[in-house]
Amino acid sequence: MTLAATSDAGAPPSAGRRRPARSWAWLGLVPFATYVLVFLALPTVLAIASGFLDEGGAFTWSNVAALGDPAVLTAFGNSAWLSALTAVAGAVIGALVCYAMLGLDPAGAVRATVDAASGVLAQFGGVMLAFAFIATMGVQGVVTVFLREGLGIDIYENGTWLYDMPGLVLPYVFFQIPLMVITFMPSLAALKPQWAEANLTLGGTRAGFWLRVGVPILAPSFLAGLLLLFANGFSSYATAAALASQGSQIVPLQIRAALTSETVLGRENLAGALALGMIAVVGVVMWLYSLIQRRAARWQA
Amino acid sequence: MNRIAPTRATRWIIGILVVAFFLVPLASTLLYTVQTPDGSTTLARWAALADPSASAALRPIWIGLTNSLVLALVTVVIVLLLLAPTMILVNLRFPRLKPLFEFVALLPISIPAIVLVVGLAPIYLHIARSIGTGTWTLAFAYGITVLPFAYRSIQASIDAADLKTLAEAARSLGAGWPTVVLRVLAPNLRQGLLAASLISIAVVLGEFTIASLLNRDVFQTAMLVVSKRDPYLPAIFTLLALAFCFVLLLIVGRVGRGSRKAQP
Repeated sequence: MTLAATSDAGAPPSAGRRRPARSWAWLGLVPFATYVLVFLALPTVLAIASGFLDEGGAFTWSNVAALGDPAVLTAFGNSAWLSALTAVAGAVIGALVCYAMLGLDPAGAVRATVDAASGVLAQFGGVMLAFAFIATMGVQGVVTVFLREGLGIDIYENGTWLYDMPGLVLPYVFFQIPLMVITFMPSLAALKPQWAEANLTLGGTRAGFWLRVGVPILAPSFLAGLLLLFANGFSSYATAAALASQGSQIVPLQIRAALTSETVLGRENLAGALALGMIAVVGVVMWLYSLIQRRAARWQA
Repeated sequence: MNRIAPTRATRWIIGILVVAFFLVPLASTLLYTVQTPDGSTTLARWAALADPSASAALRPIWIGLTNSLVLALVTVVIVLLLLAPTMILVNLRFPRLKPLFEFVALLPISIPAIVLVVGLAPIYLHIARSIGTGTWTLAFAYGITVLPFAYRSIQASIDAADLKTLAEAARSLGAGWPTVVLRVLAPNLRQGLLAASLISIAVVLGEFTIASLLNRDVFQTAMLVVSKRDPYLPAIFTLLALAFCFVLLLIVGRVGRGSRKAQP
C-alpha cells in the first residue's frame, strides 16, 4: 500500500516545470513528509505523551513521579556512570588510534580496513558483540579457560560478573572506540602540516606545537566526540539485553521490563516516563554536541 | 615529510595494542567454535551448517535470516524510491528546505531506538490490524533507523554532482522529468545510492532493539533464541555476519573513494 505511494515520489516534479506560474512540485514532498511524520515524529510524541497518561488515557503525573523511585534512579545512575566511563575510555583510546593513523594514505589499505572495521563494530555489532564476549570471557570462554587452567587465575572468583554491570564495560568500550575513530578522524586529518611547519620555522618545538596549536584546535572535536559517545552508551540496548537477560540494571533494560511485563512498580505506562527521562538526557547531550560540533567545524573547511 | 605524523615507533605501539584489544575477542570467538571441552580441535560445528540432520537447531536462524533479508530489501526500496527522489527534489526545487531536511534526516541519531520502540508499539498494533503482522512491515521503522546513514551517503553524491545543470541540460534537450531523474540524475548519483543501499543492508542485518521488543523474528533475535540451547551456533553466525558487514563497508569505502578519482 505505502509502497505504491512511495514509488510515485519521483514523478511529481514532472508537474512542476510545465506550469511555472503555479508549481505543484511541493506535492512531491508529501510522501516523504508523511512517512517521517508517521514513523519518526508520531512514535516520539507517543512515547513521551504516554508517560503522562494513565491506563484510561487521562492525564497523570504518576508515571513521571515514578522517575523518582529508588530503583529507577539507580538505573539512571548506573547508565550514567557506565556511559561516562566507557565514553572517556573510548574517546581517549579512539583519539590515540586516529593519531596513530595520521599521515597514512587516506586511500591506503590500513585506512580502508580501519574505516570498514570501525563502521561494523560501532554501528552493527549489537547482539553479536555480546556473543563474542561470551565466547571470550564467559564461564567456558576461551580466555577464561586459558587463565584458569593455564595460569591459575579465576576471573570469576567472586562470582560471574560478565552478565552484570561490570561485564558491560569491556563490550561497551569495544564499540565506543570505533565510534570515536569515525567521529574524530576527520578533525585530526584536517590539521594542516603547514601549521606544524610554521611553528617549527618560528622556533617552536614539536611538543609546543601540540600544546599551543594542535590541542586547542582539536579540543572542541574531542569534546564533541566524548558527548556523542556518552549519548551512544546511554541509549544502547542490544549488547546489554543479550548479556544481562535478567535484571534491569540500566535504563534501556528498565524500559524492556516496563514494555514486556504488565506493570512495573505498580504503574502503567512507566515505559513512557522512562523514555521521557532518556530523551531528556540524550537530548541535552546531543544539543551540546551540535553546539560544539558547529564550533569544531570551523577548522575543517 | 608530514611533521605532525607520529613516529614509526609510536604508530606501531598504539597499533599493536589496539589491534590486540580488538582481535582477542574475535579470535577467541573463532577458537570457541572449533574447540571441544577436552581441548581438541574440531570443525564439526562449522560442518553442521550444511548438515541436514542438524537443521532443526538451525531453523530459527534461517527463518530469521530470511526475514532480515526481506526487510533489508524493502528498506533499500524505501531508501531508493522514497528518500532519494525527495532529496533530489529538495536540492533542485526547494534549496531553502535543505537545512530543515538535514535536521530531520539526522534526527534519528538523537532519538534512541529503545525510545522509538515505546511509541512504535501502539503504531504497530494499528498496522497489524490493517496490513497484517508480516515481518516486512518492520521495514517502515528500519527506514527511519537507516535515514541518517543513507542521507549522508546520498547527499555526498549530490554535492559532488551538479544536479541543477544536469537537469537543465536534459530538460532543454527535451527530456521529461521521469527521464531526467531515472536516466540522467540517478546514474550520476549511483555511488551514493549504492553506498546508501549497502549501509542499509548492514544496519538491517544488525538490528535487534526494535525487532526484539515488537516480537518479530529477525536474524539477531533468532541468534539470541538459539544461544539458549547451543552457544556455538550464534558464535559462528556472529563471525560470518561481522565478516559480511565488513566486506559491505569495504565496498562502500572503495565506492566513496572511487567517485573522487573517476571524475576528471
